[in-house]
Amino acid sequence: MNTPDLVDPADLQSLLLHHAIDRFNADYAAALDARRFDAWPDCFTEDARYWVQARENFDRGLPLALLALESQGMLRDRIYGTSQTIYHGPYYTRHVVSPARVTAAGAGTADDPIRAEANYAVFRTKPGSVSEVYNVGRYIDAFVRTEAGLKLQERRCVYDSEMVLNSLIYPI
Amino acid sequence: MNTPTEHPIRWHEPGTSRVPFWAYTDPALYQRELERLFYGPHWCYVGLAVEIPNTGDYKLSWVGERQVIMVRDRVAPKERATDPGIRVVENRCAHRGVRFCQPPMDGQVGNARSFVCPYHQWTYKLNGDLAGLPFKDGVKAQGAGGECVHGGMPEGFDMQQNGLTKLRVAVLHGLVFATFSADAEPLEDYLGPAVMPWLDRLFKGRQLQLLGYNRQRIPGNWKLMMENIKDPYHPGLLHTWFVTFGLWRADQKSRMVMDAQGRHAVMISRRNDGGQSAVTEGVTSFKADMKLHDARLLDVVPEPWWTIDDPQNPGQTITPTVTMITLFPSVIVQQQVNSLSTRHIVPRGAGEFDFVWTHIGFTDDTPEMTQRRLRQANLFGPAGFVSADDGEVIEFSQDGFNQWGADGHTLVELGGTADGVGEAPTEHMVTETLIRGMYAYWKKAMDL
Repeated sequence: MNTPDLVDPADLQSLLLHHAIDRFNADYAAALDARRFDAWPDCFTEDARYWVQARENFDRGLPLALLALESQGMLRDRIYGTSQTIYHGPYYTRHVVSPARVTAAGAGTADDPIRAEANYAVFRTKPGSVSEVYNVGRYIDAFVRTEAGLKLQERRCVYDSEMVLNSLIYPI
Repeated sequence: MNTPTEHPIRWHEPGTSRVPFWAYTDPALYQRELERLFYGPHWCYVGLAVEIPNTGDYKLSWVGERQVIMVRDRVAPKERATDPGIRVVENRCAHRGVRFCQPPMDGQVGNARSFVCPYHQWTYKLNGDLAGLPFKDGVKAQGAGGECVHGGMPEGFDMQQNGLTKLRVAVLHGLVFATFSADAEPLEDYLGPAVMPWLDRLFKGRQLQLLGYNRQRIPGNWKLMMENIKDPYHPGLLHTWFVTFGLWRADQKSRMVMDAQGRHAVMISRRNDGGQSAVTEGVTSFKADMKLHDARLLDVVPEPWWTIDDPQNPGQTITPTVTMITLFPSVIVQQQVNSLSTRHIVPRGAGEFDFVWTHIGFTDDTPEMTQRRLRQANLFGPAGFVSADDGEVIEFSQDGFNQWGADGHTLVELGGTADGVGEAPTEHMVTETLIRGMYAYWKKAMDL
């Protein structure tokens, strides 16, 4: 079947971009849910920023975040902290991420990143216990294109959940 | 027969160096804590004045399990010098008991001209006075014998007696406290002269800037959080970051202060350079080789107000880098290097509490200092490199109490068995005296 005339090239571009971000998010979630935490900082650029922030702070323009990391190095420090220093009851996570919504189809450069959002729900399962709805919110992202594919320049996880269920150890 | 009986629980052990598990698990005892501690003659933290800057601004908060409204009222100009204008009223309609006031959403700060319960439109002034209610004087109608009045409130219904429950309010350096009790002494007396210099050091004469909130729900008894911040023993052991980077460990100059009754406390210490020493030997959380990829996480810059005249040693100064202040029963005030916060304890039954962190700076902070405070917030809070594991160990403590049963007890004997109430501060951190002091007061206040 040959239907190129029926496809608007702009739609095709958009489809490919959405698809690339969805694939990125699927890989990102898979790394976290498989507990391959060392792979997590590699999803980001060297000067990337990462926040996990309560919706009430985000909506009111209050700057405090639960996690506020300002470089890939800090992301690595967080993973070291998670795996080596913070005593905690271990748990599995399961991320369910919605299809991305591109909000600004930039060139994918540092100055003109691709901006996108996606909803997420993270479930927590402690060994020997039931699964719980753990953290629900949306990713607000800025992506750049690199030789190794898309990388996050910024990811802000704005969570609706008014209460953290005791503690939040692993990344969202 | 279902007659109420005197609570059967008694604290049989002498002293307070063994805390019975039932103190954390018994539901009836917990109800007594609400009545005697949170609703009794104690001042409870409800928020910061800076959270409600404009007339009519309100925020919902908690005193024990009762939801309250903290609101900024209109104040006549001649009263502004003596009346900070902040009211705290219970969020419960005097008519049918409805918790009527709903939280603001979508980034709004609550603001009201008056409070109206939507159920029957009873209307209250910002100070909680009942301002009006529909059909108070009944509804006029034409009856067989001419004009009459249907219904209405009975003669003698007193508007003044049917307002919202008003709490007494005291504001100290922008921190708002409230109490349901007419018997609570004035706030500054309640806090006492041993604790006040440490609150003055943090806040006196400064304008606070609100940075934001973190909230966590911890499945443990609320007192465990008070104990955690009265326990200088654990930070250099549980918290890798503290021992490795020298933020809190047993070889530091430190002081444990409590008020005259043992209920409030201040843990004071001064950081050192970390690294290996006698206090890291055998400490598995100490990581000699730990290096940060990004050192900005610990970009500590001393602030001038850290140094004060030493309340304990007249003529000398003291420069702590950390002061952890526990104000019984409801709040912890934290300075840990450049990170400042209040941590509000909201109990939810014997086995659970909400812990609400409000991070603050000062209005004259440089943008760099604000950034530094926000960055250091990575150490504290529900995901903090340091504090996340406090919530975790509290959960596991409660698990341990539950699995054994009420006749177990915790052991609180580091530094001896005396409660230290009325004595000079302990000038080191190898002690659990502040916990024993709190239970000396708790036993008395609970009449156990």
